[in-house]
Amino acid sequence: MMHRINTALIIAGYFVFLAVPFLSYHLVTPNTVYDVIDNPEQASLLESKLRNIMGSEISSFTLQTKLTEGLDAANQSILAKYSLTDDQLSQLSALMTANHLNQQAVDSLFIGEENEFMRNAFSNYGNWLYDKAYASRDAATKVLAEVKNNIDSYEIEPKLGFDRYKKKSIKFSLSKASLKGPTVSSPLLIMFLSFGLVILGALGISALLLKEPVGIKNNDVFRHPATSRKWLGVIIGTFLIIFYIVLYFYPEYMSSWIALVDPLSMLLNGSGAGQFFLYGFLYTISVLVMGVRMIIKYRHNRYQIIRTISVMFFQTTFAFILPEILVRLNQPYYDFKNIWPLDYDFFFDFELNKLIASGQIGIFMMVWGIALALVGVPLFTYFFGKRWYCSWVCGCGGLAETLGDPFRQLSDKSLSAWKFEQGSIYTVLAFAVVMTIGVLYTYFTGASTVLGINTYSMREVYGALIGAGFAGVVGTGFYPFMGNRVWCRFGCPLAAYMGIIQRFKSKFRITTNGGQCISCGNCSTYCEMGIDVRSYAQKGENIIRASCVGCGVCAAVCPRGVLKLENSADDNRFTPNGFIK
Amino acid sequence: MSRIVIIGNGIAGITAARHIRKDSDHEIIVISSESKYFFSRTALMYIYMGHMKFEHTQPYEDWFWRKNKIELVQGHVTKILPNNNQLELQSGDIIKYDKLILALGSKPRPMPIDGTQLAGVQSLYSKQDLELMEDNTTEVKEAVVIGGGLIGVEMAEMLHSRGVHVTMVVRENNFWNIVLPEEESFMVTRHIISRGIDLKLGRTVEKIAGKNRVEQVVLDDGSIIPCQFLGITIGVVPNISVLQDSGIEVNRGILVDEYLQTSHKDIYAIGDNAELRNPPAGRRALEPVWYAGRMMGEAVANNICNKARVYEPGIWFNSAKFFDLEYQTYGTVPNAPQEGLESFYWEDQKSERAIRLVHNTEKVLVGMNSLGLRLSHEVCEAWIREGKTLDYALAHLDQVNFDPELYRKFEKDVYASKTR
Repeated sequence: MMHRINTALIIAGYFVFLAVPFLSYHLVTPNTVYDVIDNPEQASLLESKLRNIMGSEISSFTLQTKLTEGLDAANQSILAKYSLTDDQLSQLSALMTANHLNQQAVDSLFIGEENEFMRNAFSNYGNWLYDKAYASRDAATKVLAEVKNNIDSYEIEPKLGFDRYKKKSIKFSLSKASLKGPTVSSPLLIMFLSFGLVILGALGISALLLKEPVGIKNNDVFRHPATSRKWLGVIIGTFLIIFYIVLYFYPEYMSSWIALVDPLSMLLNGSGAGQFFLYGFLYTISVLVMGVRMIIKYRHNRYQIIRTISVMFFQTTFAFILPEILVRLNQPYYDFKNIWPLDYDFFFDFELNKLIASGQIGIFMMVWGIALALVGVPLFTYFFGKRWYCSWVCGCGGLAETLGDPFRQLSDKSLSAWKFEQGSIYTVLAFAVVMTIGVLYTYFTGASTVLGINTYSMREVYGALIGAGFAGVVGTGFYPFMGNRVWCRFGCPLAAYMGIIQRFKSKFRITTNGGQCISCGNCSTYCEMGIDVRSYAQKGENIIRASCVGCGVCAAVCPRGVLKLENSADDNRFTPNGFIK
Repeated sequence: MSRIVIIGNGIAGITAARHIRKDSDHEIIVISSESKYFFSRTALMYIYMGHMKFEHTQPYEDWFWRKNKIELVQGHVTKILPNNNQLELQSGDIIKYDKLILALGSKPRPMPIDGTQLAGVQSLYSKQDLELMEDNTTEVKEAVVIGGGLIGVEMAEMLHSRGVHVTMVVRENNFWNIVLPEEESFMVTRHIISRGIDLKLGRTVEKIAGKNRVEQVVLDDGSIIPCQFLGITIGVVPNISVLQDSGIEVNRGILVDEYLQTSHKDIYAIGDNAELRNPPAGRRALEPVWYAGRMMGEAVANNICNKARVYEPGIWFNSAKFFDLEYQTYGTVPNAPQEGLESFYWEDQKSERAIRLVHNTEKVLVGMNSLGLRLSHEVCEAWIREGKTLDYALAHLDQVNFDPELYRKFEKDVYASKTR
């Protein structure tokens, strides 16, 4: 009965959450446009292109369609005004065929204040045409078209009009600024009816575990529709995947959800929420609520309890609240426990510049981050194994160990999965290192290409493919299909880095208790990293694997007391205990 | 190169096959009618409870057998002909061997009472038993389990996990006290009751009643317990019926010498079905446990591939889990007072944890028991083998503690209770 009520609460809250975008609408006024665009000239131009939606209540889909059209139209107007005219083009090509194109000629062609922009632009983008001979007007026109194109897309659009970054940002901020509906008028009520009900239901279901006696609670795990790749798992996975895709690539469609957390954002950092504030909020709530469930489920196991409290603490303070407070204090947004290369943009120019510009605290953050990555990580991993981070501190690990716990048994234990894992995770590590070296090279030398590769596009590809696609969409969205550690196992470059240390130079291992193993397979089944723990235990060997995150669940589910996580002398860790031949 | 045929793909037979492969390039054929691939019998309960799927109980992936050139034959052996070095399968196929290893395992001990043929009455040993139990319990509300052994507890836990009301009928006055000393037996008894099992101690079943399907059982005190499922778990016996008329010498099990050789020189027997003619000190002739099967498998492989070596199982150890209560034992721990042996017992007042150290009159350690806490096999074995004293053990409990990290330590409490 209580289980049904709680389930109903979760479903109700979930549907309220899903309904929010449909109950919301947008109302664009000239003021909203002026509010989100700083440059009054640009604002007025875009405003003129959005006349057809001014003052009417429209859906976010209509808004985005019209906005895309409006921005394109605005760009057209800008180009029409500033781009090379046919007249200018024909004069230029005449000069070129006569072999008379030079700086002087360009200066005299673009005279006056109104032509200053094109004078400079052409000097930058067209100077390679100077003093060259062109056989015909046609040949000249051809190369000129190229120059015109470059000036349009690299000078006029970004500087005077709306390039793709500006478009993306306007789409998001205008969507938020023009939002109307229940989440704007009563965010707290809707918050309660969506997140609130889900939280209550989830806590309620977790509390029901208290009525059961202490011990391992895996009954029906392989029959439940959510945890055995059946229909509910498919629904949950699909929702998560869509949510992550919208979050990373189309945040302009989720402004009605973001509005829910605006009050909290105001409270913490003094300004409205962005999509990553909403994400941080949902993430933290998930870790906390499902952390409570984890603690109740393993209330007989102090290792699990303390470890879970640790990830809940680090997520709430270090990852969520502290960075927001730093922003409020006009300090750089900084998560003190996020470590390169997981924190792949740590060495990006804008990040470094931001830290350097923030005075002493910024310098401290920079030194802290570098020291943690280069000294802290190897040292801690030597003493405790990578678990000190992966299952005690890390945010990705924190989510995996709480929200992801019900899915841990879905990891693939086959040898071929292990081979794939090695290929994949070390490739990502190599990519992260090469990308960072490239970015730093550009930072120090100013040259944007290394060996013919543009470091800006390299970091952009890494961000989209690994940072958003792998870590987010696949990493979490695949929980119900491939277990809760997809990212940590196959992708995380920091896990790869620590794994190498753990495998070759660490005091950490999982010890096998003599000959007590009965090969039942609980340990392997519940290993979220897909380690075939049993294959070691039934040979009396210690489990020493690069991927082990030390969650301790194998030792918890073992019915014969065979497994024990330990930090101990590192000289004989590979020696079998001798009880099993 | 000779052809080694192994009947039985349980832990004993498979361990033998793996080790023969490690040590030789003999042709290896493993025959089983139960399943094509090796699985862990001890994990059957977890499939029923939904903790695992059958595939998770298979310790090796399917490619393993091809890669290691171990041929698997799914078939039922109907006849063994030692004089011709060959055996017959149900299919009519004849398989010849140079060496034969019998790893036939056990079968449930039959109950000499009417009504066991009714639908809904069964034992639990094989994969097929589990499948039958799955079918037998779809509509069951009440179940009775007869027998107070490890499989009985497993069956009770399995049924209980599906919301079935379980009554256990146990002949002994306290649970498993044919093995456990009184205090441990009390604790396990309390634990089983606390998990919601209706435990009838000191009772036997007189009558099984029902039309086609079991409907109720009548106990020796006349009480009637309605049930739609009846589990019979009164122990196991060696599964040796195929040896009838084979000429191979048997008693309760297949008689083997200290090299695990049967009365026939090319035939060995290992695991549950092997009965040692002269068991080593502290060990029994029949030991139907996982670990003995595994050690015999190692030994027989060595005897076939290398120089013959006596089977030496070493110091006895075993473990079990009663619902959520873990149990481990090492060495000699008698279930009742025994001349020349004394023991130190500690039980936690706050939680279900206990430890027993058995010693002789010279205070030399001979055995250890634990409930609700984990002991290091390596350390227990060394202490008993080296004849460490009780005082030494109590002063070095931190070495023997195998509980997970951050668990509440028991060493101080145990030590304090000794000095008190």
